[in-house]
Amino acid sequence: MVPTNHYLLLSAILFGLGIVGFVFKRNIITLFMSIELMLNAVNLAFVAFSQSLGKPDGEVFVLFVIVVAAAEAAVGLGIIILTARNRRSLNVERVDLLKL
Amino acid sequence: MPILEYLWIIPLLPLLGSAINGLLGSKWPNKIVSWVALGSTGLSFACALEAVREFHGYYEAHHQAFVKPFFDWIVAGNFRAGFDLQFDQLTAVMALVVTGVGFLIHIYSTGYMAHEGGYYRFFSYLNLFMFFMLILVLAANFALLFVGWEGVGLCSYLLIGFYFLRQSASDAGKKAFIVNRIGDFGFMLGMFLIFRTFQSLDFRTVFDEIAKRNMAVEPMGTLGIMTAICLLLFMGATGKSAQIPLYVWLPDAMEGPTPVSALIHAATMVTAGVYVVARSNLLFTHTLTAMYVVAIIGCATAFFAATIGLLQSDIKRVLAYSTVSQLGYMFLACGVGAFGAGIFHLMTHAFFKALLFLSAGSVIHAIGGEQDMWGMGGLASKIKVTFWCMLAGTIAIAGFIPFAGFFSKDAILFAAFNYEYSGKVLYGVGLFAAILTSFYMFRLIWLTFFTQPRYDEHHVHVHESPKNMTVPLMILALLSLVGGWLAAPALWGGRNYFAEFLAPVFGGAKVEGAEAHSLELILSGVAVAAAVVGLIVAWRMYRKGAKRGEMAGAYKVLYNKYYVDEFYQATVIGPLVWLSRNLFWKVVDAGVIDGTVNGIASGATAVGDTVRHTQSGNTRSYAVWILVGAIVIFAIIFWPILHPVLVGGVR
Repeated sequence: MVPTNHYLLLSAILFGLGIVGFVFKRNIITLFMSIELMLNAVNLAFVAFSQSLGKPDGEVFVLFVIVVAAAEAAVGLGIIILTARNRRSLNVERVDLLKL
Repeated sequence: MPILEYLWIIPLLPLLGSAINGLLGSKWPNKIVSWVALGSTGLSFACALEAVREFHGYYEAHHQAFVKPFFDWIVAGNFRAGFDLQFDQLTAVMALVVTGVGFLIHIYSTGYMAHEGGYYRFFSYLNLFMFFMLILVLAANFALLFVGWEGVGLCSYLLIGFYFLRQSASDAGKKAFIVNRIGDFGFMLGMFLIFRTFQSLDFRTVFDEIAKRNMAVEPMGTLGIMTAICLLLFMGATGKSAQIPLYVWLPDAMEGPTPVSALIHAATMVTAGVYVVARSNLLFTHTLTAMYVVAIIGCATAFFAATIGLLQSDIKRVLAYSTVSQLGYMFLACGVGAFGAGIFHLMTHAFFKALLFLSAGSVIHAIGGEQDMWGMGGLASKIKVTFWCMLAGTIAIAGFIPFAGFFSKDAILFAAFNYEYSGKVLYGVGLFAAILTSFYMFRLIWLTFFTQPRYDEHHVHVHESPKNMTVPLMILALLSLVGGWLAAPALWGGRNYFAEFLAPVFGGAKVEGAEAHSLELILSGVAVAAAVVGLIVAWRMYRKGAKRGEMAGAYKVLYNKYYVDEFYQATVIGPLVWLSRNLFWKVVDAGVIDGTVNGIASGATAVGDTVRHTQSGNTRSYAVWILVGAIVIFAIIFWPILHPVLVGGVR
């Protein structure tokens, strides 16, 4: 059996990759994928704890996270499509109309 | 017993009248307003009469004051101030004077104010005043009494400033209010001390407690708790009843319409202080010092105000100083222990001073608004009714037998004569003030009604006042004549019915022996002689209508009222204004308070200006901040674990 530590380590690595991707990339779709990556890293940690503690709470939580992520993806992709149409670009640095 | 059980009806009626007139009267013709005002006051008077009749029966059966709690007003811990009303002999006298004289003055006002603007407002205020005054005299505890006390002060302010477009009137209103507040401050401290000492503010509880604890009379020259209480209460009384040193507001109060001067500043409100002292007679009789102070202040005021009254030229101001002087007599009576005589003088004074003011109003009305006596003269034949009524009032106040003033003033001077602490001096000063009273009143009569006319006879059409003004005058003139007869039999060795009536409140009427009686006869003769002296001097000086002379020396000092107003201006008002402007306004208000508020605001702006740069709008930089925050929180939570690892590692 794989020890819980390993799952957690993998989860932390995935989360870190997600952050790095979110902070350093400019393409909106990449940012979006980074967020999904972070969400799934958290899901992994939840499942791992659920397994090690022998309680189903974590798994239930993961289901909620997946649902929310799906909703977020729907809204987020809609926004991305509109942005792409209006600006002809997917660079976040150029979406700055509200800036002073 | 219907009315006694529903005693609140008596004050409620004028309150209703005030509310109706105040809220709806502006749209109504004068006639309806008058009917509402007169109806409520008249009904109140009728109820008061009925209450007196019923109380007679009640007293026969129970031999104590009628007290009835109606509802709790303030309850906190062991403190209770309720809407409790009380009816006893003293209340009976006061309630009848307030409603009776008040009703007559209301009738008079319908004539006097007929052509003035704000007719409904005037009657609304006047009824409101009646309400508060009745609360004051019917209250069964000091707290409720204080409600009436402040309320009449408010109405006094409103009515003095009735012609509020005139600067002097609104100033006079403010002056009256502020000077009264100084006295009220003492009154409140007195109430606190009473509560601290007796754990109650109810008259009956406090007075029973004095008897129960068998408290000793505090000797002359000591300052015990009773002396402190009484002096503080008396401080309130000096404000409300215009005694030295707080009398200065009353002469200025003459800015109000004349019926107001008659009702509030002569007959009723200004006697509230005397009423409080008489009501608390059980407190006052337990301290010789406070009694002595009351007597001295009263006597000094009686004399001092009379001297100022000698040379005033405004007809209403003469009467105002006369009022201050007569109030001094009442306090003199209370101070020497003759509370009954004080209340007796209060009643007769209400009659003849109301009469004098209303007559003066009638004169002013007749001559077209002139108030300066040097602009009158020779009016006796033109306004006969007013003249005869005013003459009756003058004879009454001067103290000629058999008018009311004779009996009451005589009783006071007799009591002062028998007072053990420098009573002869008090008597002498009081007697001299009586001469002065007679002098300035007859001076007023001569300058106004006799001598050559000094007004423009071609332009001023002198006319007698209408019936609704002269009839109250005639009734009051009659009362000024017969008002003292209740005490008259005492003069020939009979019974003093008035004193006997009030005896239950003042703890037993002193029945003088035969030798004291002959002394009283002699003193009465002296008092009448004093009045005659005043009359003769006034006749000799003014029968030919002396000219307004050059002013110099003592004459000038008297004419300028001893410069007391100027003295207060220099010593109290001036420094206070200076302090307020330079310290409280410019330093404390503008510097400290505004500075703090503005400092906080500009500080917030500065902080915002700096911090807003973090709001870059760059999503990824926000993500970094969130990350940093998360790490910091993480570090704080896990510090106990991390600490040994990190520190140990360094080691």
